Amino acid sequence: MNGNDTAISVNELTKKFGEFTAVDHITFSVRKGEIFGFLGANGAGKTTAMRMLCGLSYPTSGSGTVAGFDIASQGEQIKRRIGYMSQKFSLYGDLTVEQNLRLFSTIYGLSDAEIKSRMAAVMEELDMSGMARSRVKSLPVGWRQKLAFAAATIHNPDIVFLDEPTGGVDPVTRRRFWELIYRASSRGMTVFVTTHYLDEAEYCNRISIMVDGRIAALDSPAALKQKFHAETMDAVFRIVAQDAQRSE
Amino acid sequence: MTPVVDVRGVTKNYGTLRALDGVSFSVAPGEMFGLIGPDGAGKSTLYRLLATLLVPDTGSLTVLGLDTVKDYRALRSRIGYMPERFSLYPDLTIAENLNFFASIFGVDVKQNYDLIAPIFSQLAKFPDRPAGKLSGGMKQKLALSCALIHRPPLLLLDEPTTGVDAVSRNEFWDMLASLRDYGITIMVSTSYMDEATRCDRIAMIDHGRILRTDTPAGLVAGLDENLYNAAAPDMFRLLEALRRLPDVADCYTFGATLHVVAAPGFNPAAALARLKEMGVEGATIYPAQGVIEDLFIKLTRNER
Repeated sequence: MNGNDTAISVNELTKKFGEFTAVDHITFSVRKGEIFGFLGANGAGKTTAMRMLCGLSYPTSGSGTVAGFDIASQGEQIKRRIGYMSQKFSLYGDLTVEQNLRLFSTIYGLSDAEIKSRMAAVMEELDMSGMARSRVKSLPVGWRQKLAFAAATIHNPDIVFLDEPTGGVDPVTRRRFWELIYRASSRGMTVFVTTHYLDEAEYCNRISIMVDGRIAALDSPAALKQKFHAETMDAVFRIVAQDAQRSE
Repeated sequence: MTPVVDVRGVTKNYGTLRALDGVSFSVAPGEMFGLIGPDGAGKSTLYRLLATLLVPDTGSLTVLGLDTVKDYRALRSRIGYMPERFSLYPDLTIAENLNFFASIFGVDVKQNYDLIAPIFSQLAKFPDRPAGKLSGGMKQKLALSCALIHRPPLLLLDEPTTGVDAVSRNEFWDMLASLRDYGITIMVSTSYMDEATRCDRIAMIDHGRILRTDTPAGLVAGLDENLYNAAAPDMFRLLEALRRLPDVADCYTFGATLHVVAAPGFNPAAALARLKEMGVEGATIYPAQGVIEDLFIKLTRNER
């Protein structure tokens, strides 16, 4: 898979810290509009791999492109074409909804006209028009999460990276969040997501499972369940990751 | 049988925030009791009350026959409490942490080692490593060992599996199951609904209120909803279309499928025909077996 249909493509991507090989020759690609689940045991190398894909860290060896840019030399261009959201930190609680969106728009370099139109569109779409002046920390978790996703995608990125976006969140809110992901994907945005909730892996078009720096399994949830004779993704994960030697 | 934990009408406020609102439940001796709910539901507040670290505004908590307010001193040495945040001394080694906890509880590590051996032996390879330098899974094992070293009859575990991968989570639940064989009563909280099935009984908690308390099977049996699975190549369009059908009470994502809560009169064949008219191609609809998460969604539907 290559060319215009590809959002992410990496070949033998490797990252070493001294003697330690955090990411060990991983090869995979993600097509545009795909929801790609990036799973792994604690310490498997997910975060290190994700940092390379986001242009935050350069590979020791191997190559790859993200949104058409070279991960070994074009980190700055990549950063402009992707969005990133994590559960831990995403928004400024003391700023209002509007101020947060404006801040992220500005960081992503949108023009004043773009900021105006994108912010209006996002507020309308999220049904948050009445909350523009509310401080983020006063909002319920579901709204904060929607807003964090909006902030991460305010610049219409090609790819959005979601790092455990739903940890500790109630089932109803988690589901609303996955609806946002479905919608983004149906509009052609590529979604690259990590989670510890194995039932959420089922939402993805394809899943990779990292073990000890390598990709130990990669396929659609249905194909993985068939391959490992497992009924759930949780069982698949346990079969694939049980022999992991590393932990964080 | 006298309950090990008896919570009656407990309310706790932080300023204007009501963290717990009239909470009542009890835990029988030897039970593995799960407290299931999202962040902010009030789980940690309840644990701090049970561990005598907070005082309730109203109501009472009786633990091992002792009142958490009046008898807090006597109670503290009889419970093992593992808070959500790692609370060992990061600069002390594995062995030093364990010895420290043993000495403040006035016990000898050797005399209770049998209880923690299956857990602690996995750490024994590196006794001199500082606790702060351990992986998440190993920290968790050390914290559990320290909470158990005085052989408490009650173990209070606040979200021990949060942020831990599925393999380690599964191992942790296996460890808990073997502790129960020693007759230790365990109260464990989690935000992972699928873990609930490992408990004897569960209290579902949200917004400071207990929604329901029952066995996992009893909870699912109490889900009196007519549920279907629905799937199509374009799941987002399917979701939007199903929500527009009048005989669909609710529809939400559920992994590989959507769950459809059917209203009276729902007919899968008729729904498929309507979906086709609405431009949703290749849809399938078939009956679904509800799980605890469906019940949680049902009980909290009107609050969000």
